Amino acid sequence: MINLSILLIIPLVTAVLVMLCRNAAQVRMTALLGSVVQLGYSSLIMFDYMSQRAAGNKSPMLYEAKVSWFSNLNIEYYVGVDGISVAMIMLTAVVVMTGILISWSVEKMTKEFFFLIVLLSFGAYGFFISLDLFTMFFFLEVAVIPKFLLIGIWGSGKKEYSAMKLALMLMGGSALVLIGLLCLYFNTDAGNGMHTFDLMKISHMHISIEAQRFIFPLMFVGFGVFTAIFPFHTWAPDGHSSAPTAASMFLAGISMKLGGYGCLRVAAFLMPEAAHEYSWIIILVSTIAIIYGAFATLMQTDLKYINAYSSVSHCGFVIFGIGMLTKTAITGAVMQMVSHGLMTALFFAAIGMIYERTHTRQVAQLGGLLKTIPFIITVFVIAGLCSLGLPGLSGFAAEMTVFMGSWQNPDTFYRVSTVLACASIVVTAVYILRAVGSTGMGPIKNADYLTFKDARWNEKLASVTLILCILAIGMAPFWLTNLISPDTQIIMDNISRSVVGR
Amino acid sequence: MLSTSLIILIPLLPLLTFVLIALAGRKYFPSLCGILGTLSLLTSFLLAATVAYDYFFVVGKVGEVYQQIIPFKMTWLQFTPNVAIDMGILLDPISVMMLVVVTLISLMVHFYSLGYMKGEERYATYYSFLGLFTFSMLGLVMSSNIFQIYIFWELVGVSSYLLIGYYFDKPSAVAASKKAFIVTRFADLGFLVGILVLSYYAGTLDFQTLITRLTTPTDQLHSIMAASFLGCSALTWGLVLVFIGGAGKSAMFPLHIWLPDAMEGPTPVSALIHAATMVVAGVFLVARLFPVYSISCPTALDIVMWVGASSSFIAAIIACTQTDIKRVLAYSTMSQIGYMMFALGVSRYGGENGLGYMASMFHLFTHAMFKALLFLGAGAVIHYVHSNEMKDMGGLRKLMPVTHLTFLIACLAIAGIPPFAGFFSKEEILQAAFNSNKAIFGIAILTAAITAFYMFRLYFNIFWNKEYHAHGDSHGGHDAHYGEAPFTMKFPLLFLALLSIVAGFIPFGKFVTSDGKFLLTEFHPTFSIAPVLLASLGIVIAWSFYKKESAAPQKMADGMSGLYRGAYHKFYIDEIYLFITKKVVFNLIGRPAAWIDRNIVDGFMNLLADVTGKISFLIKGLQSGKVQNYAAYFFAGVLGFVLVFIYLWT
Amino acid sequence: MNDIGLLHFLFVSCALFFIGVYGFLTRRNLITMLMSVELILNSVNINFVAFNKYLYVDKLDGLFFTIFIITIAAAEAAVAIAIIINLYRNHKTIDVEEADSMKF
Repeated sequence: MINLSILLIIPLVTAVLVMLCRNAAQVRMTALLGSVVQLGYSSLIMFDYMSQRAAGNKSPMLYEAKVSWFSNLNIEYYVGVDGISVAMIMLTAVVVMTGILISWSVEKMTKEFFFLIVLLSFGAYGFFISLDLFTMFFFLEVAVIPKFLLIGIWGSGKKEYSAMKLALMLMGGSALVLIGLLCLYFNTDAGNGMHTFDLMKISHMHISIEAQRFIFPLMFVGFGVFTAIFPFHTWAPDGHSSAPTAASMFLAGISMKLGGYGCLRVAAFLMPEAAHEYSWIIILVSTIAIIYGAFATLMQTDLKYINAYSSVSHCGFVIFGIGMLTKTAITGAVMQMVSHGLMTALFFAAIGMIYERTHTRQVAQLGGLLKTIPFIITVFVIAGLCSLGLPGLSGFAAEMTVFMGSWQNPDTFYRVSTVLACASIVVTAVYILRAVGSTGMGPIKNADYLTFKDARWNEKLASVTLILCILAIGMAPFWLTNLISPDTQIIMDNISRSVVGR
Repeated sequence: MLSTSLIILIPLLPLLTFVLIALAGRKYFPSLCGILGTLSLLTSFLLAATVAYDYFFVVGKVGEVYQQIIPFKMTWLQFTPNVAIDMGILLDPISVMMLVVVTLISLMVHFYSLGYMKGEERYATYYSFLGLFTFSMLGLVMSSNIFQIYIFWELVGVSSYLLIGYYFDKPSAVAASKKAFIVTRFADLGFLVGILVLSYYAGTLDFQTLITRLTTPTDQLHSIMAASFLGCSALTWGLVLVFIGGAGKSAMFPLHIWLPDAMEGPTPVSALIHAATMVVAGVFLVARLFPVYSISCPTALDIVMWVGASSSFIAAIIACTQTDIKRVLAYSTMSQIGYMMFALGVSRYGGENGLGYMASMFHLFTHAMFKALLFLGAGAVIHYVHSNEMKDMGGLRKLMPVTHLTFLIACLAIAGIPPFAGFFSKEEILQAAFNSNKAIFGIAILTAAITAFYMFRLYFNIFWNKEYHAHGDSHGGHDAHYGEAPFTMKFPLLFLALLSIVAGFIPFGKFVTSDGKFLLTEFHPTFSIAPVLLASLGIVIAWSFYKKESAAPQKMADGMSGLYRGAYHKFYIDEIYLFITKKVVFNLIGRPAAWIDRNIVDGFMNLLADVTGKISFLIKGLQSGKVQNYAAYFFAGVLGFVLVFIYLWT
Repeated sequence: MNDIGLLHFLFVSCALFFIGVYGFLTRRNLITMLMSVELILNSVNINFVAFNKYLYVDKLDGLFFTIFIITIAAAEAAVAIAIIINLYRNHKTIDVEEADSMKF
């Protein structure tokens, strides 16, 4: 029998054990073991979930568990998962494990570093399995603070500035979420004058349209900041570029997904009418993010900036898919979350490996590295190809699902936006090939580059794991859609029912 | 009929080779990779040939019509209950024909590369990429679903990218590979949007259903004809957009700029990808959707026709002035594909009207043979001379007799001299054009004459002209010795030369027609007099100019200096593109976007932080740390409250 | 006007209070400031006693409070002097102007 709370206990125990360790080697092994166990348990959950669904279990959430936490305000520790959460949990488990592998050579304050990483994963898991809005918010906050420390202490470049900027903007976002949360709470009615934070209950209630009009933007923008919605994306380039590799992976791979998941699970799911009313604004903003992020990427010269801006563009697809409010587009948005999480983690891992050797991320100073570190550059190229949407890798399936779904929306405005969003794949190709071309190919710019050693075992293991996941989704996207589409259907039902009902 | 699993094996074998070589081969048995790749391709080819035999002679025909057979299909990605990407295999005359062409040319190239690429540092990698390409191309031609074709479309694009950039330490190769990928990607955008449009109205992605729904007058067809955007129906938009994708891949004007640069890749790759197989994918795509184009939307077909004809003509003119032999061949490829395109454009569906369709496919078939031969021959020459430039060549006929002979055969074939393969297919195309559109016919026959001229300009410049002098270049100039290529390279040349001679005699109308029915093609000797004469004239002019070194060509060029310079610089199309991308896109969109982001969007965030900081700086003076100041505030506060309570609080 | 009434007491205590405030705000020596605080407290004491005497003759609350305040003032003086000594040990001065590190 699956107990979701184990997903939270494993990171906690790991964190405690990490603090008890005596030297760096022990710390690394403990953290790795913890993440591997977690990955194993997550896979177990996924397979059990799939078999239960296959056996005809139709309840919207599985493995539900509920403990009253603060009964006066009806705050509960309430967990449960559906296909979307399962996909997200798997993503988190993979990214955390590979992130720990990639940071094998962190020498500075190793113990604290791994402790914070594990703590972050704790927050992310909690967020993805929570079904109580307050608990969800709690975990969201848990996942923010460690990032500040990770960037501020272990970062590079203007790390204090970036850490502060990231923390402040994310905090601003979660402040909006908190306000929205409380407004929503006081608009619910759980009988005898009580209110509720219970997500499933709220989804069946009718929130008045006036309240929705006010709450929806708060929630959407609040979560949107996490997923780098335009124009609140500027924390992403600075934050990513200053963060240590593992933190970048975590930030782009999971943290940005917290926002997308929140936008979908909380904003769109609970306030469908408002989602409909504001849909054109969402599409407008996300189309701008996609196009403008892509063009801004063209001009970047730092590899991490390139990937950070491209993340803005790619996460635009998540918001875009959600804003389209068709089932296929929302499925595509979830797929894009998973795919982008894996792909960008791989990208940052590759950039981290390159940086560790060359000590520069400036495209102009790199070149010809394919000759000296073929494995790393191959990884880099694969990540790039995934990013530009090569079929067979995960990015393609996700983006195409978004496009297909978006086109189902027959309004001209949406059509034009879709075409513009499609156009970004060309710009993506330009900047990716530029980065790949000038990093890996061409003549070798610096004689030092000839002495580089190719990837070590931990780097190889991390890259191969991520590439396998990307390939699994890219080659056989049907298993991912089968996993998530029943649940996007539920969300979609909620949306269309409320609109028909009006 | 072959079992399904064997048919699936045709594309899967190259894929397996790719995976095997990429994962293990490069490290553990690099020198065996070439043989491994060739053997797997040989198996694929044999299977494909069997399938072709079975299809054309045993099971394909029901009644008098060749059927579309789908031996295998699985859902790959379900979008909506009706719309899904399937992975399937669709066998019909064109796909079976392409199957044979692709496996055959690929096999030849694999074999040839055993000699050509010998000793290369990344020999194994080369073969793995070839495997990937062959897999993608086979998947493309066998696609049963329009999105499936798009998937493989992208995959051939990336394999082409990898192979063009094979010499990755050469900046020009890197730039060329990038250019090829980006230009075709831009065209693919059109394809993708076209798919979205068509699939939305047809409610399916499956080729068979799509074609049926869009050709039979039902509600669906009416809705797509009625929905209009900017004055054209959605169907026209969809088909034109799909054609843009095809035009990009097939290097049609004005999206052709990547093809000449793509010659940076190894020569066998140019033969395989940029002459015989990938570049005809656009033609194949239009042919695949031909019923929709011809029955429901002749407007789109007219666009295909004019784009094809103009590309064919422009490319022929440019080819006359180029001096890099591979570039000449590249432009000639573009010109010949233009031929296939407008042949499709002048054609209509079914019966006699479908002559153009049949001719186009026929030309595709024969062109694959002789153009691959030309490229491989050029490869042999380059292998010997170590240069792509005409001026470094000349007088090679005695030194490389086999290459010389086969190259001559290929040149005659492409010039359309009977009885070589090109003659027959070109004849059909000209006839189809003559029957439907005289203007196109005029362009076509002129192009045919120019083709003969520039091909023989190439031929004479390589094999005659002056005596061969080894040039002292970095490869340490060698003597003018007998320089025939090794057997591995000679055999494909001879084999393809043989095919270039006999391929024309295949009664193509029996097998590949627009509606699957038998199309009797008559041979009009009188009709073919003019084209053959014109072609011969072109050859004679080339002979008189280039047989011996002479000043005549230079004089001629000076005489038409404007045109010559324009053509030499490829009509400045590259420069226009460069201007648009570098100057307009980068400077007017990219740079402002980045600037706005740093200074306005991020500036706003920083401004917020700054304002907060400034205000806090202003008021922090109150916290002086001096007890007495605090006390003073305290007393002032108390006093203030007292006053408030006494006077204002009632 | 031979009688000395409540007003006189209030006047004295008021004067005392403001003398204390003035001293507290202007003197820079912490000991003097402590003495000023004592003045303020004593002005309050006078108020208590005076109000008790004139307004609530039959009650003793004011006196009690006064005694409380005296007690607390003693304790406060002890604490304050301890703080002052510590300050002196750290800063070698008991000038309040110098002790301004508790800011921002």
